[in-house]
Amino acid sequence: MRSDAVGTSSRNSPAHVAASGWGRSLLTLRRITVMHLRHPWQVAFAIGSTFLAVILQLLIPQLLGRAIDQTQTTLGGGGVTAAAEEALWISALLLLAVSALRGIFTMTQNYFAEALGHHVGYELRLACYDKIQRLSFSFHDQVHSGDLITIGMLDLEGVRMYFSTGLVRACLLTMLIGIGAYMLISTDAVLGVLALSFVPFVGWRSSVMQLRLRATWLDLQERLSVLSRVMEENLGGIRVVRAFAAQDDEMLKFDQASNTALILAHDRVATYASNTSAMSLSFFASLGLVLWVGGNKLIADDISIGTLTTFLTTMTTLQIPVRQIGLMANAFARASTCGSRLFGLLDQDITVRDAPEARPLEISDGALRFDNVSFAYRGLENRPVLRNISFEARRGETVAIVGPPGSGKSTIAHLVPRFYDVTDGTITLDGQDIRRVTLATLRKAVAVVQQDAFLFTTTIENNIAYGDPWAKAQRVERASESAQLHNYILGLPAGYKTVVGERGVSLSGGQRQRLAIARIMMLHPSVVIFDDSTAAIDAATEQRIRTAMRLFAKDRVTIVISHRLSSLMYADQILFVDNGEIIERGTHQELLAKRGRYKALHDLQMRPADGMAIKNGDGR
Amino acid sequence: MSQEEHAGEPETGRNGDHVDRKRPPLAVVGSHRIDEEIFGPVFDKMIIARIWAFVRPYRAKVAISASALLIFTGTQLLIPLIIHYVIDHSKRGVDNSALLAASGAFLLAILVNFATGYIQEAVVGKAAENVLFDIRRAMFGHLQVVSLSFMDKIEVGRLMSRLQGDVNSIQEFLETSLFCIGDIALIFGVVVVMLWLDFSLGLLTLSVLPILLIIRITWLPRARQAFMAARETSSAANGALAEAIHGVRAVQSMDRQQVNLVLYDDKAHANLRTHLSADRYAQVMVPTVDGLTGLAMAFVIVVGGSMVMNGRIEAGVLVADLFYIQRFFDPIRSLTMHYSIMQRCMASGRRLIDVLDIEIDVRDKPDAQALSAEMDGAIEFKNVTFSYYPDLPVLKDVSFKVNPGETAALVGPTGSGKSSATALVHRFYDVQQGQVLVGGHDVRDLTQASLGRQIAMVLQEPFLFTGTVFENIRYGRRQATRQQVIEAAKAVGAHDFIMSLANGYETQLGERGGNLSIGQRQLLSFARALVADAKILVLDEATANVDSDTEMQIQKALTRLLKGRTGLVIAHRLATIRGADRIIVLRHGQVVETGNHAELIAMGGFYSSLYNLNYASFDDIPKEKLDAAASARFRS
Repeated sequence: MRSDAVGTSSRNSPAHVAASGWGRSLLTLRRITVMHLRHPWQVAFAIGSTFLAVILQLLIPQLLGRAIDQTQTTLGGGGVTAAAEEALWISALLLLAVSALRGIFTMTQNYFAEALGHHVGYELRLACYDKIQRLSFSFHDQVHSGDLITIGMLDLEGVRMYFSTGLVRACLLTMLIGIGAYMLISTDAVLGVLALSFVPFVGWRSSVMQLRLRATWLDLQERLSVLSRVMEENLGGIRVVRAFAAQDDEMLKFDQASNTALILAHDRVATYASNTSAMSLSFFASLGLVLWVGGNKLIADDISIGTLTTFLTTMTTLQIPVRQIGLMANAFARASTCGSRLFGLLDQDITVRDAPEARPLEISDGALRFDNVSFAYRGLENRPVLRNISFEARRGETVAIVGPPGSGKSTIAHLVPRFYDVTDGTITLDGQDIRRVTLATLRKAVAVVQQDAFLFTTTIENNIAYGDPWAKAQRVERASESAQLHNYILGLPAGYKTVVGERGVSLSGGQRQRLAIARIMMLHPSVVIFDDSTAAIDAATEQRIRTAMRLFAKDRVTIVISHRLSSLMYADQILFVDNGEIIERGTHQELLAKRGRYKALHDLQMRPADGMAIKNGDGR
Repeated sequence: MSQEEHAGEPETGRNGDHVDRKRPPLAVVGSHRIDEEIFGPVFDKMIIARIWAFVRPYRAKVAISASALLIFTGTQLLIPLIIHYVIDHSKRGVDNSALLAASGAFLLAILVNFATGYIQEAVVGKAAENVLFDIRRAMFGHLQVVSLSFMDKIEVGRLMSRLQGDVNSIQEFLETSLFCIGDIALIFGVVVVMLWLDFSLGLLTLSVLPILLIIRITWLPRARQAFMAARETSSAANGALAEAIHGVRAVQSMDRQQVNLVLYDDKAHANLRTHLSADRYAQVMVPTVDGLTGLAMAFVIVVGGSMVMNGRIEAGVLVADLFYIQRFFDPIRSLTMHYSIMQRCMASGRRLIDVLDIEIDVRDKPDAQALSAEMDGAIEFKNVTFSYYPDLPVLKDVSFKVNPGETAALVGPTGSGKSSATALVHRFYDVQQGQVLVGGHDVRDLTQASLGRQIAMVLQEPFLFTGTVFENIRYGRRQATRQQVIEAAKAVGAHDFIMSLANGYETQLGERGGNLSIGQRQLLSFARALVADAKILVLDEATANVDSDTEMQIQKALTRLLKGRTGLVIAHRLATIRGADRIIVLRHGQVVETGNHAELIAMGGFYSSLYNLNYASFDDIPKEKLDAAASARFRS
């Protein structure tokens, strides 16, 4: 089914629509800001600490200037007085205290800003996870899993960093530059202007640099992902590469991908190097001007050495924060694009969900009924996948569905647990429309064994008990015995505690399908659907599984979807589906007697050898 | 990292050790992680030597960069001295010639600073990127020639993390190493200049440096643990999220959302906690450094100030010292950070060298010949014995011959050595005893590239590459024309479905041909083999169940593919087996029977008893019946 949907739908889901225009950016930033304001104390502590830290930081140059001047007072006449010594001591102690306090307030500023970011990040993480878990299949069909991962990891990070590197830094810079400028200019207007002359240039270059670095970083990531795809495919398909002796071509492919990435990487280095050195130059040029004009003023006795020292040290204090203006600009830019993607996900509608008056499903006879069911994927209403499907199955019965690929047989399986909602008609379980019962109870009552069983990277035991994690170990073992998996598991190094899945022991297709069967044996469903779930299991093992499951199937409705006739010829009712419609129905014998499509398929599968042998050169 | 902060155990989350009602015993989210060890030696001469080999080509650039860096550091040291000079020579009433000279010197200094600053950043940055790309290329290139037995054993994911993460940490090391030189030079310079300005004042002021160093060294190991815990919980939370995304259909169909959310909350909360703790560690250094800076400044003011008042030193010395104080804490911070980077680099370097040092077992002989296209296409195994592991022979004394133009079917139960036999034709591995001959030549006397050109291969899993259909079909022969590609596609019956794709032959295939059905992928891989136009075709028949129409198409394509070629087919389907000119029956690595279908049936041995079991495919036969068939044969 997945391939059906992926092949036909465009990838234009709301999650991909990039933020456009200033209005939208501002709305996004506002929403992020509001999220932070829900922790008013932390915001207050962070901003308050910033304010105090800025004041204290700007006091240091003043104290230094004062101390230098204090050393100058006695130069003119006489020796060192006790009073002068004492003044120096006071200045020194003040300096020590102010420095230490500034450190403490900077610490609380950073800590509260970061902590708030982490708290908001935590909330967003949970919201994302919850949303992703609940979004319907139709959403997941359309959105690439890689994109969701990007939203949940990188975009979330972008939003999280907004407060500490964006908002708090903006406050810090505004206060620092504003108060600093006031202090300097009120002392000496000309020197003040000169001392601050580097600020606009450095701020501008820094912003340009960071924004460009981010843009090229995204570009570089894209090129690097091409490179990793080249490497990954090569390593995964190494036998094909070797079989066709294509190593040279592969190196060529690698070099192409690698070189385009390298050019960009060099570009980034150049951007960084040229901008940082230009920023340093402009700072030093301002410093030089202050030194020249200040020196002349010293000679003219317009200012004291202490004042000049204050100017120079204020400049060095301002230098680093001003250089980081770019980080702040980047944080705003990043938060607005990341935020709009993240909120795009969080605001996504869940299409399949409980109706307002939904009631728990009540099972009595366990009868499943399809009544004129039609289905089309959203946006593709003119291409229905299923048309007017009607059938009924009672407890203990098996309905088999067969048909060519793309005929819609898997879709039937997906409608029963409401992975998708029908477009027309109704599906009922014991007379209750499945759209009017709660999803949780419905999905407990309907179990689907997928063809491509997903394994979680955890122990085999946990995987089998996935639907019933409270189960006792014996039940897990019994289920796996029925699924003909027990002996294999006992042969594994850690038995049931062996970790499987992406980063564990890898199971073959057949073993995975058997595990999926064991999984549903743990549940107590009223309807069991095997969606082509034995394709990779050999016929002999399948036979044994069927025998073992006979008791399990006795008081349930079983639906088997397969194209292997031996898997379904025992069914009470066989539906032959083509093009979304049931074109033949009946038992195995009835269908054979009909001499229709089913019969043709049967002939093809049961006598594969005749008339299809390879006719080679001499043609025997 | 303390025990309760361990990432993998949600049970020991916020609610302590007891198992509670919301957290079932058999449920976890996110995977069990096996982290690659990063605590190791900080310095390993051998690893440095190996990395140096990659840096060597850029040594001129490194030298330029290093000298630029030293000059750059020099100008940084010079600037406070110029300020000192200006202040002391701008007394009331003097003329400004000294000031003019100082300003000239300043201008010169900052221009040099600008130029060297740019050079050291740009040159070393680019060189480090080059080294990174070179190392990656060397590894990738090496993986193209290492023996397949290595590639069989290792996971692609693990290799990828070496090609990416490990290579990056080496780049980081190279970049910061140079800056380290600058940091050391700066500290050294500051110490020398301060002592030179006034020895006792300098000494007193500098006494705060060792204090910071000691604090930093005691702080570092704890802080690093906190940082690592934060990193680990992050990746645990992210891993759980990724799992939820990939497994969402399984999660929903088994209704695990509630339980998973609770378990994920534990991980997200652990992540929050460890990050807050890491932040506390990081931030506690801020007041420490600021306090020590304040202390140093206080020393300068009190001691230096009274020296100025006593006329022992000029005020300019004081100002210069204050400038230096603001500079000397940064290098200590980055030097201690470099320690971790270096440790990480050594661990990464170790892993990279492991890859680069994998031995190449299968190499062309120095005098290897190219297999000519004119050869007859015969395949012969002469007493071949082969094993992957010394004591477990996969093939034992196997001999058979496939004449030019014939199709031979390799038949036998799983594990009988069929795939190994086909791999030997291609010389993916070398035999331990005996010979494999292709076109009458021992494969070890031929070049591997020419073997690849003359032998086309179709694997059981039709592996396709990202790219267009067209590119995929001509993978085995890049110079194939569009016409040839289309003809091949028509011949195997793939043309029609290709034309029905959105862009026909120019349709982009998804990862591994994901947007095609398995049958379609199979047909494309046939077309690919046909375009390669080799004398010999080695084919591993697919076992996957496809629907009957596709099955028929595949059978037809197979016939077309084998026409006029020597074929060695690992056959699973009776139709294929029956049509072969020669059937080679393998069991436990030995040839038990050979002959065509009629002959083997007449012989009444292993093959005929298997055939008579009436399974559609030999792979479906359960083990008990196989054993029964084998023993029946020996009885007869």
